[in-house]
Amino acid sequence: MKLSLTKVVNGCRLGKIKNLGKTEDRTMDIPGCLLYTKTGSAPHLTHQMLQNIHGLPAMVQLTLSSLAEHHEVLAEYKEGVGKFIGMPESLLYCSLHDPVSHCPAGYVTNKSVSVWGIGGRVEMTVSKFMAIQQALQPDWFQCLSDGGASCEEATSMKRARKSVDRSLLFLDNCLRLQEESEVLQKSVIIGVIEGGDVMEERLRSARETAKRPVGGFLLDGFQGNPTTLDTRLHLLSSVTAELPEDKPRLVSGVSRPDEVLKCIERGVDLFESFFPYQVTERGCALTFSFDYQPNPEETLLQQNGTQEEIKCVDQIKKIKTTDCNQEMTSFEINLKEKKYQEDFNPLVRGCSCYCCKNHTRAYIHHLLVTNELLAGVLLMMHNFEHYFGFFHSIREALKSDRLAQLKELIHRQIP
Amino acid sequence: MAAAASPASLDSAPRIMRLVAECSRSRARAGELRLPHGPVATPVFMPVGTQATMKGITAEQLDALGCRICLGNTYHLGLRPGPELIQKAHGLHGFMNWPHNLLTDSGGFQMVSLVSLSEVTEEGVRFRSPYDGDETLLSPEKSVQIQNALGSDIIMQLDDVVSSTVTGPRVEEAMYRSIRWLDRCIAAHRRPDKQNLFAIIQGGLDADLRATCLEEMTKRDVPGFAIGGLSGGESKAQFWKMVALSTSQLPKDKPRYLMGVGYATDLVVCVALGCDMFDCVFPTRTARFGSALVPTGNLQLKKKLFEKDFSPIDPECTCPTCQKHSRAFLHALLHSDNTAALHHLTVHNIAYQLQLMSAMRASIVEKRFPEFVRNFMGTMYGDPTLCPTWATEALASVGITLD
Repeated sequence: MKLSLTKVVNGCRLGKIKNLGKTEDRTMDIPGCLLYTKTGSAPHLTHQMLQNIHGLPAMVQLTLSSLAEHHEVLAEYKEGVGKFIGMPESLLYCSLHDPVSHCPAGYVTNKSVSVWGIGGRVEMTVSKFMAIQQALQPDWFQCLSDGGASCEEATSMKRARKSVDRSLLFLDNCLRLQEESEVLQKSVIIGVIEGGDVMEERLRSARETAKRPVGGFLLDGFQGNPTTLDTRLHLLSSVTAELPEDKPRLVSGVSRPDEVLKCIERGVDLFESFFPYQVTERGCALTFSFDYQPNPEETLLQQNGTQEEIKCVDQIKKIKTTDCNQEMTSFEINLKEKKYQEDFNPLVRGCSCYCCKNHTRAYIHHLLVTNELLAGVLLMMHNFEHYFGFFHSIREALKSDRLAQLKELIHRQIP
Repeated sequence: MAAAASPASLDSAPRIMRLVAECSRSRARAGELRLPHGPVATPVFMPVGTQATMKGITAEQLDALGCRICLGNTYHLGLRPGPELIQKAHGLHGFMNWPHNLLTDSGGFQMVSLVSLSEVTEEGVRFRSPYDGDETLLSPEKSVQIQNALGSDIIMQLDDVVSSTVTGPRVEEAMYRSIRWLDRCIAAHRRPDKQNLFAIIQGGLDADLRATCLEEMTKRDVPGFAIGGLSGGESKAQFWKMVALSTSQLPKDKPRYLMGVGYATDLVVCVALGCDMFDCVFPTRTARFGSALVPTGNLQLKKKLFEKDFSPIDPECTCPTCQKHSRAFLHALLHSDNTAALHHLTVHNIAYQLQLMSAMRASIVEKRFPEFVRNFMGTMYGDPTLCPTWATEALASVGITLD
């Protein structure tokens, strides 16, 4: 696996990761995102529907929390989780937790970490964890780590230190077990940077983890709402400054467009794509513009549309969202609103996704009002495609030195 | 029950069905419906997409499975989103972007299924909306008016439906009223050139009432006939006799639509008895409960016994689910909160139904339908002689024996 940087602009890294996968011939662009899945499948989408989406990421994110309870089945299957879930050709990254439902906190000991599946808590020691990875055979996997320091309200120095110590211990043990496993020779361990909000511990975690032969780094503990990310941005910069340039940096729990840009500016390469899923679950569609060099007419139309939508945001924020404990953002529209009942436009004019090519806002509105399953299917397809389009525009903007324009466009859409 | 010669149809009625082959033993027929949105091979199973959607599967997926006609429901769509909106969206076809044929039920069945919310008079059915408490009167005229706005290729008369378990004078009342309502529907129908209005034979489980209904309704100038009022709680023994009576009295050159039938065995028997079209929520509904339909019955994929079963649902099935996924994966996915699991099964179950009809049709065309039936029953029940009694008797009545 080799990471080549094309350029670095204001801290943003543009490049490619080559020689990926078991066949060592796959490539991934950075900055980029990973396809979010639940129990090995994109949410709501059968393989057929997933293939309709343009710009699908090369790498899929699986979560141990959804797969650990199927350990025995996968071990008996023997051929790896990729084939089991019907994605034998995809690059696979296995994270510990599901970024959407990562709770409750706690349940980390000196010897074990717990994940939460449908059937309840699954406790994993290093050996159990590695046994599960042997059954999964992913291309990359997040090392067993202690993320407890960031779940709590106020990180104590003691807790932060423990999170780093434990994670390093787990890492060394996992690396040792990997050496002894033939099956895991082609899998890459991603080291996890912990340390809560304590700068000293963060730096220690970064430096120590970087000494180990990991394939990349996961920056854990930066999840939360936009305010909490802002308070941690300086930590983020300091951490990435300690990391080698030629290994990828992932961040967990950060998926909103504005937050993505902030992290890219601070040296992060890869993101999870759960934000489009959260938008889908609240019956919303992503409509934010990432077209930083549109023609003048288009700009005017977009601005008019955006202004109208921003006006409604205050009202919209009062709508309770049932499924994701997240408030609606200004990057989206709420299709349940009565005003879409007779709107025969596509979700986003010019969008080439299956939903926008075939259906109208009025139809989606109807599906949501009548609680029909198809609403989730169509919205997921649109939201993923829109989101992947955003990442494409980031890369294009970096290529042509226009990231400032893209950033300004995104921030113009936040009230 | 000797099969009487079918009465000659009226010359002026439009012929939308072309017979391609007939079984020389039974009453099974293979044919082709010529409908405004394209031809449909019969016998045909029509999946039910009540609220302008086939549950979790897209129009593209449904088309790819070979479906060329499916159902929408007037009662539901009449309430939400309403006929005016659908008309603005260029009809139900435009609203849901379905390029092939649509059949809409009249709302009559909801009289039975939502009986606590409804009241029947000669005028029509008065419904209280479960959503906002508003009262609506669904008259024959209103039902046709809504269906005209929906623009479906086949529309159904509003019939006075009573549950098949009801006995007594109500059944007779409903039968005669259905005839009067048929006439009112015919009179109210604004688009006979674009939409085919079917009559629905009622009469419950009473042979005389049904025969009367058949005699009267076949005098009317309609493109097709449905056999209604069955597929409720009645015994299968009574059920098949009413189907057989109906097909014996319906014209040969018009399609026979048996409403609410969808279990595989029932489909095979009723094709033998001379039915051409079927609809049922069963395959799509049971999919959402984790049940996959197979030639030997069904697989309850949530059960532990499938946890490590790495074979597909049906190795002979050509649907995308079976091409790509194992029972073990579907089992795991069904135990998650990812709705994709339900969609995988919905795709497969529709494929199963359509493949069954296709196989039946081929056997009729190739003059080996009785053999098909024997093989089917053998696979389903282990041995053709283990087929349920009612089915054996029904098949025997049209000359098919299972040993």
